Amino acid sequence: MNSIITHSPALLIAIPLFAAFITPLLSRIHRRARDGFVLIVLAATELLALLLAQDIYANGIRKYVFGATLPSLTHPGTMSIPVRIIFEIDGLSIFMVLISLTIAFVATVYSSSFFKKEDGLDRYYTLLLLVTVGMVGMELTGDLFNFFVFLEITSIASCALIAFWVDRGESLEAAFKYIVISSIGALFVLMAIGFLYGQYDALNIAALANSIQFTFIDKVALVLLLAALTMKAGIAPMHMWLPDAYGEAPPSVTIAVVAATQASLYGVLRVCFTLYGKGLRLNMAAVGWTLVGLGLLTIFIGVTMALVQRSLTRTIAFAAVGEIGYMVIGAGTALAAGAQNFATVALKGGVFHIFNDVLDIGLLFLVAGAIIYATKERDLNNLGGLAKRMKYTTVFFLIGLLAVAGMPPLNGFASKILIYESTYQLNPIISIIAILSSILLLAIFVKIFYSLFLGPELPHLRDVKEVPKGMLVAMAILATLIIIFGLFPGYVLQTIVDPAVAALSNPTNYINAILGGA
Amino acid sequence: MIYNIPYIAVIILIMVGLYAVVFKRNIIKMVMGITIIESGVNLFLVTLGYRAGGVAPIFTNLPEERQIPGQLVLPIPQALTLTSIVIGVAVLALMLALAIQIYRQYKTLDVTKIRRLKE
Repeated sequence: MNSIITHSPALLIAIPLFAAFITPLLSRIHRRARDGFVLIVLAATELLALLLAQDIYANGIRKYVFGATLPSLTHPGTMSIPVRIIFEIDGLSIFMVLISLTIAFVATVYSSSFFKKEDGLDRYYTLLLLVTVGMVGMELTGDLFNFFVFLEITSIASCALIAFWVDRGESLEAAFKYIVISSIGALFVLMAIGFLYGQYDALNIAALANSIQFTFIDKVALVLLLAALTMKAGIAPMHMWLPDAYGEAPPSVTIAVVAATQASLYGVLRVCFTLYGKGLRLNMAAVGWTLVGLGLLTIFIGVTMALVQRSLTRTIAFAAVGEIGYMVIGAGTALAAGAQNFATVALKGGVFHIFNDVLDIGLLFLVAGAIIYATKERDLNNLGGLAKRMKYTTVFFLIGLLAVAGMPPLNGFASKILIYESTYQLNPIISIIAILSSILLLAIFVKIFYSLFLGPELPHLRDVKEVPKGMLVAMAILATLIIIFGLFPGYVLQTIVDPAVAALSNPTNYINAILGGA
Repeated sequence: MIYNIPYIAVIILIMVGLYAVVFKRNIIKMVMGITIIESGVNLFLVTLGYRAGGVAPIFTNLPEERQIPGQLVLPIPQALTLTSIVIGVAVLALMLALAIQIYRQYKTLDVTKIRRLKE
């Protein structure tokens, strides 16, 4: 038991990676065997992550070393540097890992009944597991180049998944946009890694964070890293790939891509607060204000564009763009505020909102997928009166819309109130725009709710049936989490969010875990 | 000055690649642009690893008169470049596969005509 926990950082990567390539083989036996296998693997991985989380909350930062266990173990005579790669897991990493694995699990439950009639599913599950590996890898690693490799794994696998419906031109178009954006973004990240390596002769995040000097080249690297990662996280003005990709991919893929987007956002946080964290109180205010500005722009664009969409999935996709803005203003406020004490509140709100956003937007996308599955329609004008035929789906949509608009007592409210409260102290205008956008979002979704589920039954939708159990279970998992998070925000904040925020605000702990001692 | 020529080449390659991605209308040319940016970044990494008077880090190829720690260059930038090349090939294959599928659906490779997704 203990050795499982000791090696869990490696197992978290190894198990899904191994399973990814077993899945096509099992697919030859029976499709049920394959679906069950993927579910069991992801459930086991999630369990491991929970065990690891418990260990981290009890004993602090965990590091896991591949290669030379001690820095002094160098090859005699030849090298002066130990050959090793370090995984470093703190409160934020494990928080993000839990998000990614939960979403991957829900996506698998959903796809087991969503894709009843499609073929090519053996490859689908392989890619889904690879996306999971990529996300988890990005979040666990303590090495910048490793981060780049996992970033590329995530983008390649999610691009292939976005193009899953190859016979639809729209999916291909969205996938091509996605791969162009993400490969250019990843190359910028690699360039920035080159800059940092050239200066400090290290790739380890902790070692770099310790020696960073804020020279001109460091600032160029910071700009490159932030530009690339915010582009991949779908922050305006580079958000245009996101509604296409979210809107055209199969819904179970969309929620996996939402989680992958959050992994890029994790990259933004890690770069701002840990890698450049030593200057947090001195030099980062300008970066913070830039992030706040971009966040407000993102919220504004997302919400206004959601207003004019005619397709259900694209409306939700633009709402998702808006939601990302909230996390960014949370993080930006924390940077801009410096040492003032509302910085922690802002960061808490931003980090908590990452989980909430994945749950809310994920639930809405799954409901949209259920509607597409049942009616084969995407256009809002051709849908209506579904409440009688699809009772459970209606309830889930209602929960999702209230949560996304930040209505109490659901989870969206818990994190948004923290963001409003803290941004108000930085500048009242920020929180006013954020609150107004939230209200607008509520208006949009109430309108959609009305036109989708209420009103007279449409003649061509008379024989619509409720969706199969697997999809309902997937939606129910997300809805339950939304309600639990909404009813007990204090408990959730204390258990999982506070360690994440503490990890972000004390970069010295992250550095000392590697450089101090062993 | 002579040591800076590779860096200038890096900048030129990245600029040319970005130009192709942003302004070219043919999908294949955009793919080529991305590949050119990638070459630029790889060249940058390899250039970072260059040390005057260093020897390639292949243990058995070490000439007699050279000594071991001093003149053997650290192979990390080269290892990074190799990884990056492998990833680049995967991305390139995926992009070309998408281009083929897009051509089948739209009968064109002109991005201004591939616009079923409107705002």
